[in-house]
Amino acid sequence: MNLLLLLGAPLLTAVAVLLGRNKQQVRWMALAGSVVQLLFALGLLVAFRAERSGGQTAQMLFEQNFPLIDALNIHFHIGVDGISVSMILLTALVVTAGVLVSWNIEKMTKEFYFLLILLALGAYGFFISLNLFVLFFFLEISVVPKYLLIGIWGSGKKEYSANKLVLMLMMGSGLIIVGMLGLYFFGGHDFDIMNLATAQISTDRQNLIFPFMFLGFGVFTALFPLHTWVPDGHSSAPTAGSMFLAGISMKLGGYGCLRVAVYLLPEGAKEYANIIIVLSSIAILYGAFVTMMQKDLKYINAYSSVSHVGFSLLAIGMLTQTAITGALMQMISHGLMTALFFAVIGMIYDRTHTRMVDEMGGLMKVMPFITTVLFLVGLCSLGLPGLSGFVAEMTVFVGSWENDTAFHRVATIAAAMSIVVTAVYILRAIGKTAMGPVTNAEHLELKDASWNEKLAAIILLAGILSIGLAPGWLNDLLTPGAEIIVNRIAGK
Amino acid sequence: MPNAINIALIPLLPFAGFLLLGLFGKKFFGKTAGLIGTALLLVSCLLAFQTAYDYFFVYGKVNGAYQQFVPMQFVWLQFSKTLSIDMGLMIDPISVVMLVVVTFVSLMVHIYSLGYMKGEARFPVYYSFLGLFSFSMLGLVLATNIFQIYIFWELVGVSSFLLIGFYYEKPSAVAASKKAFIVTRFADFGFLIGILILSYCSNTLSFAELIQRLTTPGSSELQTAAGYSFLGISALTWGAALVFIGGAGKSAMFPLHIWLPDAMEGPTPVSALIHAATMVVAGVYLVARLFPVFALTTPEVLEGIGWVGAVSAIFAAVIACTQTDIKRVLAYSTMSQIGYMMFALGVSKYGGEEGLGYTASIFHLFTHAMFKALLFLGAGSVIHYVHSNEMKDMGGLRKFLPVTHITFLIACLAIAGVPPLAGFFSKEEILLAAYQHNQAIYYIALITSGITAFYMFRLYFNIFWSKPYHPHGEHQGEGGFVMTLPLFLLAAGALFAGFIPFGTLVSSDGKPLESHFHLSFSIAPVALGLAGIAAAMVLYKSQNERPGRISASLGGLYTAACHKFYIDELYLFVTRKVLFNLVGRPAAWFDRNVVDGLVNVTGNITLSLSEGIRKMQSGKVQQYGIYVLSAVIVLSVLFIYVW
Repeated sequence: MNLLLLLGAPLLTAVAVLLGRNKQQVRWMALAGSVVQLLFALGLLVAFRAERSGGQTAQMLFEQNFPLIDALNIHFHIGVDGISVSMILLTALVVTAGVLVSWNIEKMTKEFYFLLILLALGAYGFFISLNLFVLFFFLEISVVPKYLLIGIWGSGKKEYSANKLVLMLMMGSGLIIVGMLGLYFFGGHDFDIMNLATAQISTDRQNLIFPFMFLGFGVFTALFPLHTWVPDGHSSAPTAGSMFLAGISMKLGGYGCLRVAVYLLPEGAKEYANIIIVLSSIAILYGAFVTMMQKDLKYINAYSSVSHVGFSLLAIGMLTQTAITGALMQMISHGLMTALFFAVIGMIYDRTHTRMVDEMGGLMKVMPFITTVLFLVGLCSLGLPGLSGFVAEMTVFVGSWENDTAFHRVATIAAAMSIVVTAVYILRAIGKTAMGPVTNAEHLELKDASWNEKLAAIILLAGILSIGLAPGWLNDLLTPGAEIIVNRIAGK
Repeated sequence: MPNAINIALIPLLPFAGFLLLGLFGKKFFGKTAGLIGTALLLVSCLLAFQTAYDYFFVYGKVNGAYQQFVPMQFVWLQFSKTLSIDMGLMIDPISVVMLVVVTFVSLMVHIYSLGYMKGEARFPVYYSFLGLFSFSMLGLVLATNIFQIYIFWELVGVSSFLLIGFYYEKPSAVAASKKAFIVTRFADFGFLIGILILSYCSNTLSFAELIQRLTTPGSSELQTAAGYSFLGISALTWGAALVFIGGAGKSAMFPLHIWLPDAMEGPTPVSALIHAATMVVAGVYLVARLFPVFALTTPEVLEGIGWVGAVSAIFAAVIACTQTDIKRVLAYSTMSQIGYMMFALGVSKYGGEEGLGYTASIFHLFTHAMFKALLFLGAGSVIHYVHSNEMKDMGGLRKFLPVTHITFLIACLAIAGVPPLAGFFSKEEILLAAYQHNQAIYYIALITSGITAFYMFRLYFNIFWSKPYHPHGEHQGEGGFVMTLPLFLLAAGALFAGFIPFGTLVSSDGKPLESHFHLSFSIAPVALGLAGIAAAMVLYKSQNERPGRISASLGGLYTAACHKFYIDELYLFVTRKVLFNLVGRPAAWFDRNVVDGLVNVTGNITLSLSEGIRKMQSGKVQQYGIYVLSAVIVLSVLFIYVW
């Protein structure tokens, strides 16, 4: 399968959206385009599995390599392994759902969809890039449109949030540039990930660059204490923006931490692993406790994201194969779950015009479909078996437990303690919004989900359930990639 | 050989019901949902009986001992080369007994609910949740892998949450469902860490291998595990104790019991199924499942289990004497009886005659399921009739609810241990096991059996005798055939289940155990039981001033028991005052003011700095390009020459 299709489809969609003559046309074109992308992503999964079962053992499949600037060794090098395939699938699911829930946006519809599709383009490009320069280029494509999405279609103190988010992410990008240059010069004047993975970089130099890379990508994935763009950014962003931000953008960071920082700088990773573990354990528990005190549904999900993403970072710090597989599973699972959570919050907000849990109550009676989805996504968040969160968290715990020092044990136990706190805040949120008597008589008139909202929820739920009920396929997809990273850490 | 497909169908049929009714119930099966759910469960139940018959009498016994069979197993999630979550079907004496108990009681509750829940707006949802619960509970029972049991453990927890909160518009039901979930989740946190420790020590998640590796003296796993300890206590002890904490949470053992009385907010048939006969005994089942590890490798934990059980038994029995909500009396009674099962395991040893406690525990689990489900369904009929849970609204109901009256009386006699009813035999075995191994626990249990008889007959007399009943408003009688049939069937169980020669079927090592029945030994408990009944009769058969005088003379003790010894208040203090106010609130403040404050300060400093270097911002793109380029050059030079 030609990976350029994954870039061509969103590009064509973006152009088509711009050419659309009225809002209805624009919507349908955006939907058609995102469905095509979803089909490509599924096709990629099928093709990838077929290649692998056909005995194709190369680390990256469907590779292509065109020189861009030969003098600097900048090549347009793309290819995928199981990790990228699953991330691409996540992106396609979230984008399709995002297009569906934005159906009723009346303000500058064309521009909105254009920017949304542009974000998707950036994410696809990022996940298939095997050249740091190209990777960075796509990373930036997926940052700038967010400024406009929040600034124009956002709510609340949107200018402040948009500024904060973009400035913090730019700071991350700045750190990444420094790290990239370091890799370029220390790694034999090359930006190519596959070449850098075999380059000999001394431990001192790795220790020097690693913090830049890890912190840089860490900002994207809300590494504590660089997470404060998350709550403000989400609360101001439009629904689809939040879905993209938490569902995909934070995963760009996690993927970067792993594929670039840990994989290319294994000695650096070992040096800083304990710091990562400390920071992420704090993030997990601290995020959970802060969530417990929130009253705004978007803040609840934003802080709970800080806590959940902490599991990915914790697992990366654990440096065992099972843990790293768990980290990736958690990224996928959290991506689907949090996108769905934001989608549901958006649906509720569109109807009740509030996001404060205290101002709602008994919504189950009024909108059974929406609240059922809220229940499911909440249960996924608190790690109920049968949904994806459980699989990912358990893999992280088992993988973390493979390290047998007291330090790792304590960190794992601290992280596991969050399953109780998560239950507290999720049940509080659900109990107050969906259960109990209807507190606001006006809410009795509200309608349940429309077709587009139902479809969006079903698409994301399908992902959550397919991982939660039969996690084998995702595990098979991620494990070889995790194994390569771990082997490199072990110096094999 | 076991028939894998038949056994797999036992949990899968209720699951099919859950999906069918959950997805399409409202649209297509508004009226027929109950019949569909019941029919599926009937098939499940018949398959379970067939499996039990085949196992116990056809193929189960090999070389004089009942064996373990795993007719089906597949890898669900491969963690690492040695650790994987397998899903499978485990067939051995305790799982087969549980299959029968769960499907039978569930079937009774399904039938009963046809009448009890008739006209309920969310009737299909109710049956789909019952299906989900039955599926999860059966999956738990059949687990071959410690992670499989954890998965279904969580699923029964969520089914319980959904059913307690079935009347979701009632704030008290919402609060109770949250409480049940969170308290058991707290216990499950211990369970999870316990699983991690045990699996790390044994390098497997499969029950059979785990037990084999951790109980074979001198095995390499045991030697490695011996090297680990924490706070001077060995890793295995920690692991076993933490796993037990999970079990104690689910089985409402002191001090993790606070959710069970509140869980009575759920519909009464649900209480009968989940909070009396099946889910709450999951903790007992878990300890029994890992019994060889507890008994052979960590006997100190097993002794602790014995004490937790004994304390829970007497503690709950005392509280039960003071409660006025009939379902809460039954809830505390359940906790007390599970305490019996727990300490029976605690005083047992592994293998042979010494393993009597193990047999007795599962025996009591079986008989208790019959009479306690019967008590709850009977209480349901009473509540259905008088529309109240409070004793003060009842009295003299024996004339109005004849079937309920007789069956309730049978159940009360059974739980009080009056021969020859079911409870007598199983309790006798438990007391004998305790007498042989731990005299202190024996005396606690003996006293508790007297208290049990007292509070059960206090309940009985208050409902059916006491004062005359004056019917008012609309009464629906006993709900017809669907509500009385389960009462009859369960009453038959309460009457005759004691005659099953349990020792020959279930024992700690699979080899048949001879029945121990000593007339002389039974005198004390039976006499105490009769004394309890007599006391209740004197105090409550007709209205008089004696109960008031006694409670007044007990003073503080009575008030404390009435307030459940203030354990709830203690929990509230810890969660509200400590977790919310001392942890949550400061963390939220810290995040908004310190962490985020720093970000804003950085932003402002940058802003004021940029005021100073404003001239650099000429707006000429070429100039910006020069800045970027020079930065790249400087960094490049640094990377090349300095580092």
